Amino acid sequence: MSEALTDADIKKIAKLSRLSLPDSQVGPVRTQLSSILGHIAKLQAVPVEGVEPMAHPLRIVNRLDNDEPKAAMPVEDLLRNAPAVEDRYLAVPKVLGDGGGA
Amino acid sequence: MSQSSALQPLAGICADVRAGKVTARSRVEAYLAEIARREPEIHAFNELHADAARAQADAVDAAVKAGRDPGPLAGAVLAIKDNIVMREGKTTCSSRMLANYRSPFDATVIGKLAAAGAVFIGKTNLDEFAMGSSTENSAFGVTKNPHDTTRVAGGSSGGSAAAVAAGFCDASLGSDTGGSIRQPAALCGCVGFKPTYGRVSRYGLVAFGSSLDQIGPFARTVEDAALVYDTLVGRDPNDSTTADVAHEPLAARVREPLAKLRVGIPREYKSPANAPAVAAAYERAIAAAKAFGAEIVDVELPLTDIGISTYYVIAPAEASSNLARYDGIRYGHRAKLAPGEDLEMLYSKSRAEGFGPEVQRRILLGTYVLSSGYYDAYYKRALQVRSLIKREFDRAFEKCDVILGPTSPIPAFPIGGMKDPLSMYLCDVYTVNTNIAGIPGISINAGFADEGGKRLPIGLQLQSKAFDEETLLRAAAMFERALA
Repeated sequence: MSEALTDADIKKIAKLSRLSLPDSQVGPVRTQLSSILGHIAKLQAVPVEGVEPMAHPLRIVNRLDNDEPKAAMPVEDLLRNAPAVEDRYLAVPKVLGDGGGA
Repeated sequence: MSQSSALQPLAGICADVRAGKVTARSRVEAYLAEIARREPEIHAFNELHADAARAQADAVDAAVKAGRDPGPLAGAVLAIKDNIVMREGKTTCSSRMLANYRSPFDATVIGKLAAAGAVFIGKTNLDEFAMGSSTENSAFGVTKNPHDTTRVAGGSSGGSAAAVAAGFCDASLGSDTGGSIRQPAALCGCVGFKPTYGRVSRYGLVAFGSSLDQIGPFARTVEDAALVYDTLVGRDPNDSTTADVAHEPLAARVREPLAKLRVGIPREYKSPANAPAVAAAYERAIAAAKAFGAEIVDVELPLTDIGISTYYVIAPAEASSNLARYDGIRYGHRAKLAPGEDLEMLYSKSRAEGFGPEVQRRILLGTYVLSSGYYDAYYKRALQVRSLIKREFDRAFEKCDVILGPTSPIPAFPIGGMKDPLSMYLCDVYTVNTNIAGIPGISINAGFADEGGKRLPIGLQLQSKAFDEETLLRAAAMFERALA
């Protein structure tokens, strides 16, 4: 919890965040996040035993609407913002085979 | 705009438009002239919609001529924060990521305002994806404070606040996740109102912290803010978090004083961190409340200070999840790949190129507090503290109707003057807990600080219990009158 962030931690968080972080930025980012986490550590001093977590201000559960079909937005409108389109599909780099995989 | 027109209540202006005494078109032209004169030094707008605004105004005027009622906001000229989607023009969130994004739909609030006769003059600048307190984190340049152009307008809705303060529009919309309406309103000297979470549909508001975000108006007066708010409010089938709570239109009644108002003063709000001019304005407002017959009640909000820590876990956590959608595939910036680079690289390069430093910082922070091994220590704990903060407000509102305090501990600071992210975060101390608890808050002007020959506005904030906007706005109008 209170152990310091390492460069390896920053690289791992960046990978989880899908943000390519140049090596030159790892140090500065570590310093900034450490300073913010240092402040956030104040939370540890608040007694929370038995307190329900509150994820949301409203207590709305499973509000159901009537199952009524509505017109969908035209595909052309939705594709207008896509950086690369082939026919009526979003174009992406090859996922399988050489060069694929996460 | 002429001073007399600027001082007339918006409801009266719209009534004049409906009665054909003044045209919506002439109002748009007057604002466009003022924008042409002063926008180059302010930079409130990311995009002006001059032609669309003229066409909308002409449609309002044609309706009046034809004997139809264009609605309660007939001819009201509004500016919209550029993280609220409109079919007209672009919606950029002041980010390179969305620099060319054109929304295929209008946000619910845009549809409601248009149906009420409003005219949209343009999209306003913000901190990228609404993350910041100064509008310096915009990919398209800093918005300057109309009261002193060497200083920030506040943020994240700095453009919307500056647009009202500079006289570029009648009112504007912002979004408030941790103070992003109230703080820039305070720094620019206008009214900024964040309704209760769930009052206003978030459909079409680009998501930042979904359990905290709320749309609300900036205006010249509390009454004008109430008029816009009356149109925004209500349950929306497209936003399951809109609340089914009755709303009686407030604008016509907001100037009625409350007979018995209990004003809560938390001792934690009289912090040594408050600038002297802010502390003095607070004392003046307390004295004014006594003078208009309010009862001053001491209340305790000991978790005020812990709000920043709570907020900077919850908001980045939600942001890291919400902003995962920007992957360079369906919309937004896509990086060019070198030979041999794969889909994974497309995601991480597009995101690194498209997002600015503060957005990346918050995604990293949010990812960290949600990651395995840290989730309980940070995220779950922050949600538990959130319960305690809510409880603390509940207890305070047993003793008082509204809580009065500073909106920001300091007036507008110099552009570039806040070097490190944490010191910027600490400026949100009085506003984040409102969002954490989901209650409403409003900032009104409460005087000025004399700084280097300039008069910098000081804002005071009122908060009330959830869904009690009537008490909140009527109390705010009382303070507005008393402090004028």
